[in-house]
Amino acid sequence: MIAVELIKMMRRPRTWLIIGMLLALPTLVAVLLAVTELGPRPGTGPPFLSAVLSDGTLFPLAALGVVLPLFLPIAVAVLGGDAIAGESQTGTLRYLLVRPVGRTHLLLAKLTTVVAFVLLAVLVVAAVSYVEGRLLLGEAPAGGGTVSLSGSTLSEDELGWRMALALGYVVVSMLGVAAVALFLSTLTTSSIGAALGTVGVLIASTVLLGLDAATALHPYLPTRYWLAFVDLFRDPILWRDVQRGLLVQLSYLLVFTLAAWASFSTKDITD
Amino acid sequence: MTENAITNGHVVRTRGLTKRYGEVRAVDAVDLEVSEGDVYGFLGANGSGKSTTLRMLLGLVLPTSGDAQVLGQPMPAARRSVLPRIGALVEGPGAYPHLSGRANLALLEATGSDRGARAERKARIVAALEQVGLDPGDRRPTRAYSLGMRQRLGLAAALMRQPRLLVLDEPTNGLDPQGIQAIRQLLLDLNQRGTTILLSSHLLAEVEQMCTRVGVLDRGRLVLQERLDVLLRPTGLVDVRTPDAFRCASLLGDDVVRIEGERLVIRSDDPAGLNAHLVDRGLRVVEVGFHRPDLERVVLEAAAGAS
Repeated sequence: MIAVELIKMMRRPRTWLIIGMLLALPTLVAVLLAVTELGPRPGTGPPFLSAVLSDGTLFPLAALGVVLPLFLPIAVAVLGGDAIAGESQTGTLRYLLVRPVGRTHLLLAKLTTVVAFVLLAVLVVAAVSYVEGRLLLGEAPAGGGTVSLSGSTLSEDELGWRMALALGYVVVSMLGVAAVALFLSTLTTSSIGAALGTVGVLIASTVLLGLDAATALHPYLPTRYWLAFVDLFRDPILWRDVQRGLLVQLSYLLVFTLAAWASFSTKDITD
Repeated sequence: MTENAITNGHVVRTRGLTKRYGEVRAVDAVDLEVSEGDVYGFLGANGSGKSTTLRMLLGLVLPTSGDAQVLGQPMPAARRSVLPRIGALVEGPGAYPHLSGRANLALLEATGSDRGARAERKARIVAALEQVGLDPGDRRPTRAYSLGMRQRLGLAAALMRQPRLLVLDEPTNGLDPQGIQAIRQLLLDLNQRGTTILLSSHLLAEVEQMCTRVGVLDRGRLVLQERLDVLLRPTGLVDVRTPDAFRCASLLGDDVVRIEGERLVIRSDDPAGLNAHLVDRGLRVVEVGFHRPDLERVVLEAAAGAS
């Protein structure tokens, strides 16, 4: 079942359209930086964006920093929101269930597929932006390694596994969004509705993050620790926010996957 | 078969099957009985609860109360072992619009634990497509299909894996007359080879031509369930059409059941004798024949009797 869902996802033109759109913005940023050589002042733009003028190998991280706060979550909301509601809309849900495919099984296959999509999207964005960074932006100082955010020098090996960790963290950051979208998708037959609902949750989270009166809520908000992957490039690594981010995402994943299961396993399929 | 021993030959049997949405009883205490080898015509107006009943049999909608046995096992509890032996078409076909019909079937077949080897699946899909008159080589996406083609694709999906029971909701919807004829013949052939068919329809003519048994649902209640040949058996009445209706009526006296213009319904077992009798007396007869109840009237009376 999971294999079938993955094939379905890969064969959908929409999947590749979304990934193409995810690539478009970082590419534009790379071109603009290369042409103007005007980076944002350190600390003002997305993380790493100021550093890439001197070291293009950091551009994948800058690209993820550009894509993560808005584009990637929207893509996840669209795919997750479509998971069950989309099958309802095409009239294929009832035939899957009569085939029979177990409802829990279907739900897990859908969730796995959304996570696989995030992984695919992150890898493609990272790979393409790496190439762009090397071609368009600054060359790393020869043999000198890359400078970490704390000022020390990172060897190529060290940079490699830290990048891998960062990519993994970005994927985990999307688990909460995916679970919320999946849950909403079991409640409605409109995939757009489920996607918009998920985006609404994310906007609310972002608004609350900017509100001092909501400080007590901040550690529990799904978007709070999204950019904590930056801390993986400090020396030594600052684990606190990364760990909290993992915990928050796994909690959202657990709660909303269970909610989705409870809603879907007793649902009357009437469409 | 042991299953048949459990259900006394009933492929579908429900007891007090009820589905309530808030205050509304969409399906109200329905005792459905479909026997092995039946072509069961499930009739009822739109919104009478046919689809909800069929969905409960398939485990898509969960009953509020009552129970349903399908192929001798309780639904929805036993859906894992029951559903692989059922083919279903429920309220129209469903397909991914960007894929061809064949690709759609391939995806559906690849799910489920009884999928089998890839080559077997491929052969099954080609056979099912040919059975319903679709070209397995057609690579167009289903969004380019006509309503009739989609309906055929839905039927092909239902026919996959030679099911013992076919549950078909309005199977000829959207088909042209030739298509209807072809599908009807296909279903009758399958039935000859042992497939039990439960089909819902609001086309009485279709049911009359195909079915062995009829159930009529009216506002959620099963108001009639009987063998078709019992419903339509001769009634001991003869229809006569004559321009001399009044003379005919006075001649036959008490044997006349009713007069409708030139048509009379007369109590008699012998239309030929009656004809000879009338002609002897100089009456002009246009038509004489056994009076058969028509299904439409039977259904309407059943529905009217229930309210």
